[in-house]
Amino acid sequence: MADGAGARPQVSVQREDFDIAAEIEALTAGNRDIGAVVSFTGLVREMTGEGAIAAMELEHWPGGTENALGKIVAEAEARWPLDGVRVIHRYGPMAPGERIVLVLAASRHRAAAFEAAAFLMDYLKTRAPFWKKEHGPGGGRWVDARECDDAAAERWRDGRRG
Amino acid sequence: MQVLYFAWMRERVGAAAEEVDPEGAATARELVERLRAREERYALAFADLAAVRVAVDQEMTDLDAPISGAREIAFFPPVTGG
Repeated sequence: MADGAGARPQVSVQREDFDIAAEIEALTAGNRDIGAVVSFTGLVREMTGEGAIAAMELEHWPGGTENALGKIVAEAEARWPLDGVRVIHRYGPMAPGERIVLVLAASRHRAAAFEAAAFLMDYLKTRAPFWKKEHGPGGGRWVDARECDDAAAERWRDGRRG
Repeated sequence: MQVLYFAWMRERVGAAAEEVDPEGAATARELVERLRAREERYALAFADLAAVRVAVDQEMTDLDAPISGAREIAFFPPVTGG
């Protein structure tokens, strides 16, 4: 029910970049009850633990990734009173500085929007099927999952908020 | 059943997807054991079971999940999106 515009998708997994302002506009259009929109954008960093990277490749699971993201969005909607959710995640080759992921959470008041956006990112990081391969001077290298991401997702367990 | 591999598991197996005879494997773990015994490339892909994540018919689960009747099993390393 969060998708006020009806036909607009809540989840997109795409190769192309996205327009943050246009996405916020589309998410909030026609719903004047919305008092808060929290937006998170993830970018490709140049420096990693292994040095500067020249490029990154993001692998996904066509169908499986959208399915997993849809479940994460549904869980956020069940936990917070949201008026809109939008998740866009890119795949394919990307250069440092490019946008990878967008999460928007809209609600009447800011607390739910802030918390839902953080929850969506924490769950996306640990449950959505994406895999990063970095390309640097030493060749290609699959990025290791980070324990701090698991810890961040863990704090939302058992329906806890924040 | 259809078996999918992603990221470095796909690279080590040398295939993104293949039809596999589960040879009576009741769980994902048993399927992994059978694959590991089959060929070196599977032994390499599944060398560290702590790094293996599994989805049965697109439902994220664990290695001890039953797989009888499943159409599709996906194996992949811990996810690193976002």
